[in-house]
Amino acid sequence: MATEAFQKIYTKINSITKATCSLKATGVGYDELATVNGKLAQVVKIMGDEVTLQVFEGTGGIPTNAEVVFLGKAPSLKVSDQLAGRFFNAYGDPIDGGPVVEGTEVEIGGPSVNPVRRKQPSELIATGIAGIDLNNTLVTGQKIPFFADPDQPYNQVMANVAMRAETDKIILGGMGMTNDDYLYFKNLFSNAGALDRIICFMNTTEDPAVERLLIPDMALTAAEYFAVEKNQKVLVLLTDMTMYADALSIVSNRMDQIPSKDSMPGSLYSDLAKIYEKAVQFPSGGSITIIAVTTLSGGDITHAVPDNTGYITEGQLFLRRDSDIGKVIVDPFRSLSRLKQLVAGKKTRKDHPQVMNAAVRLYADAANAKTKLENGFDLTDYDKRTLAFAKEYSDKLLAIDVNLNTTEMLDVTWGLFSTYFKPEEVNIRKELVDEHWVK
Amino acid sequence: MATKGKVTGVIANMVLLAVDGPVAQNEICYIKTGGDRLMAEVIKINGAKVYVQVFESTRRLKIGEEAEFTGHMLEVSLAPGMLSKNYDGLQNDLDKMEGVFLKRGDYTNPLDEEKVWHFEPLVKVGDKVGAAAWLGSVEENHQPLKIMAPFALKGEWSVKSIAAEGDYHITDTIAVIVSADGEEKSLNMIQKWPVRVAMEDYKEKTRPFKLLETGVRTIDTLNPIVEGGTGFIPGPFGTGKTVLQHAISKQAEADIVIIAACGERANEVVEIFTEFPELIDPHTGRKLMERTIIIANTSNMPVAAREASVYTAMTIAEYYRAMGLRVLLMADSTSRWAQALREMSNRMEELPGPDAFPMDISSIIANFYSRAGYVYLNNGEVGSITFIGTVSPAGGNLKEPVTENTKKVARCFYALEQERADKKRYPAVNPIDSYSKYIEYPEFGDYITKRIGDGWLDMVNEAKTRLLRGKEIAEQINILGDDGVPVDYHVTFWKSELIDYVVLQQDAFDEVDSVTPLERQQNILSMVTDICRSDFDFEDFEAVTDFFKKVINLCKQMNYSEYNSANYNSYLAQLQDLLATKKIA
Repeated sequence: MATEAFQKIYTKINSITKATCSLKATGVGYDELATVNGKLAQVVKIMGDEVTLQVFEGTGGIPTNAEVVFLGKAPSLKVSDQLAGRFFNAYGDPIDGGPVVEGTEVEIGGPSVNPVRRKQPSELIATGIAGIDLNNTLVTGQKIPFFADPDQPYNQVMANVAMRAETDKIILGGMGMTNDDYLYFKNLFSNAGALDRIICFMNTTEDPAVERLLIPDMALTAAEYFAVEKNQKVLVLLTDMTMYADALSIVSNRMDQIPSKDSMPGSLYSDLAKIYEKAVQFPSGGSITIIAVTTLSGGDITHAVPDNTGYITEGQLFLRRDSDIGKVIVDPFRSLSRLKQLVAGKKTRKDHPQVMNAAVRLYADAANAKTKLENGFDLTDYDKRTLAFAKEYSDKLLAIDVNLNTTEMLDVTWGLFSTYFKPEEVNIRKELVDEHWVK
Repeated sequence: MATKGKVTGVIANMVLLAVDGPVAQNEICYIKTGGDRLMAEVIKINGAKVYVQVFESTRRLKIGEEAEFTGHMLEVSLAPGMLSKNYDGLQNDLDKMEGVFLKRGDYTNPLDEEKVWHFEPLVKVGDKVGAAAWLGSVEENHQPLKIMAPFALKGEWSVKSIAAEGDYHITDTIAVIVSADGEEKSLNMIQKWPVRVAMEDYKEKTRPFKLLETGVRTIDTLNPIVEGGTGFIPGPFGTGKTVLQHAISKQAEADIVIIAACGERANEVVEIFTEFPELIDPHTGRKLMERTIIIANTSNMPVAAREASVYTAMTIAEYYRAMGLRVLLMADSTSRWAQALREMSNRMEELPGPDAFPMDISSIIANFYSRAGYVYLNNGEVGSITFIGTVSPAGGNLKEPVTENTKKVARCFYALEQERADKKRYPAVNPIDSYSKYIEYPEFGDYITKRIGDGWLDMVNEAKTRLLRGKEIAEQINILGDDGVPVDYHVTFWKSELIDYVVLQQDAFDEVDSVTPLERQQNILSMVTDICRSDFDFEDFEAVTDFFKKVINLCKQMNYSEYNSANYNSYLAQLQDLLATKKIA
């Protein structure tokens, strides 16, 4: 960023840590941006005339006589329709070789929506994946993460969801993404011819960790522009929020804050909530839906990051490899969409809630039968039928390679019920059985 | 001359001020920056160095900017017109704010000064009045509200003049009172009270004893909460805390319900906004929203205001209690409040207690819970605040500071359990770990015996014992296999399952099953107890399972049917036939 005339330049830094530096300066505002020898930094503490700056790229190579210039503004993004189809770094600068975006400059991390101005979410987002649409239906304005171990194909599933969902804009916020995954997304978006509805803010593992802290706010500021100004349906993908939280803990550690659980800062809940709560359904029709990824360590959901996330988001999606069919499925037991009852059976066919519950219940019976089998007990005829049902249910519906509409999903499930069970075994209201049972 | 200050330091929402005069702990000041006035509260004083927590974003705040102290603590304005309002944590009326987004420094009047109220005096000229004495009454949403003498009034005053019955604004003078030494005060309908100070203008706080009916069987039957009681609901995410809280707030037999959405999801508040104006209060037949006040400080709203929001809610509750009303206060969730305290303590670089929470977390929680209670007012009437808070324990682990400290003070404990939630046994309240201390109170025993009759508490205790025994047997069956235990054991196990399925489990989304009036709860428990006390004859364990599954199914169908309807009676007849097939006379 170029230095403008009459800006005061400071050249005496008093102290430097790995992520921050402090100097004496006056007239500085909290949260304001500065450059330190050209590197972007932000004010994180002011005490008397001493100002502490967090240097996003890290402080490596910064000398005590570095030139510090305060920019008089908080981190911001220029928003306009020109954002569509572009790739940016964490500062909102283009990384696709294209021109700089012109538009209104908006500070990122802006105010919250007044809760009384929100509308209750009620519009279904179809993804074609039955493990989601059938069992854990997503709704516009919802916020939901994938809880996944690093070896699971969460980015691919998320990309599929994004490409199939009927939305006006897809905004990808990549935090600590491997370069390979970044290129995967980039190719996918380009090849699908969907580039005009994609916006991407990217911080890869090659970029400094602290820069990641800007990504969600950048992505959501762009999202708010399209949702509020243009009444569009915006889907925001944030991957990986665990890497974001790691960056938070690095900064709080450098600031000598007392860590709470799992070395995370005490404000982790508020920090994450500020991001996720940007998901909203506006009465005007615009909406922001957030699908995020929280990587787990060995499936442990009691770790501070997934734990706090679970309290904030409206459900979570778990992926699991099913050894019976050799495919990755959306785990029907641990996954949950808290908003599904707002659309299931209302925006989808009437039998949806009952069919969904019955199938999961029978799938649970199959899990019990499997335990019995493993413990060497005899199986009843019913047990054997549930096992056969479970295998086919897994393959035809839960697997992530499924692509059906909800009506087809329901019909397939009825087909399975009819093949393996008697009507009284599925525990569904009689009128529905009469209507849909395959004779 | 109001004290003034200048900003000398900023760390997130903690700001340091250098002041030129006296300031009080918890005093409110406004910091002026870039055309905005940011409300802040003093949290620590060190000479002329004052630490304040700002209830807003401190973005672009600069050293040297000015602050003006107000001379009072954080306070709420109390008057008729607050029912059905949606406030933020600082009692700003959210509906009065313009625009989709919350603007920094936008403070709105919580009260409606335009509205006219029909006032009826309750005192005469010459009457002696003290703090919180009832001067007159107005009606709001069919609720008889009292206009009271100022809560902060000291000593005895006499009424010099009182407005005649008629229509008045809340700002109109409705009475003039005079003290023994001739000081005069003219009063309107508005009260102000600092939120962090308990309002104690009542004669005495007694042990509560009167059941607060919630319509939730696992609470009313097994672990009842009482008017003026305290309870808390801890549970990992996804176990149904909010659903249970909403069920209680919809159904409880209270005059006023205050819901403090403290640091939780905004969409959950939207659910209340959307549903409550449509739903009917099962006790009065009027719209639920008419008796409800919502304090919404959701997780993305400023942290310091979140901390204040529970106090704001409690103070509003105290206002209605002083009118002799039954108030139910729900806070979801108190963990977020504690986390707000932690964030601030951390910024002040205080030495941390367990899990980095402040050392005095236990006394802060205890003081707050103790503001609830059943009180005799000075005029002999009674009023109550029942407080139920949820706790969101980190990692679902109940051995964390907020849960542990709450357990020391709250008298009812409703432990939500992941395992029950996974099995879809809702409400997922663990029947064995949960407790209500009130059930041991002799006062409560007397009350409930008078209300329902002899033998109720015996049945409740018997049910609890059976649930415990059932759990023990389930463990044995798991180890030894179905064939490894006597058939008797299966019978005992299934009797406990019967209690679980029929009494404890309840469908919060079913029109009939979601609310069970106490009389019907008595019927259910008697029926289940009768079955449990009967002896049956079975050839093998499979027959036991088969039989009880059928019994449970019929009982559940009854729960889903209107009480004493044709359907209900038909299921009842089927049940009696079924029982007769296996019963030993």
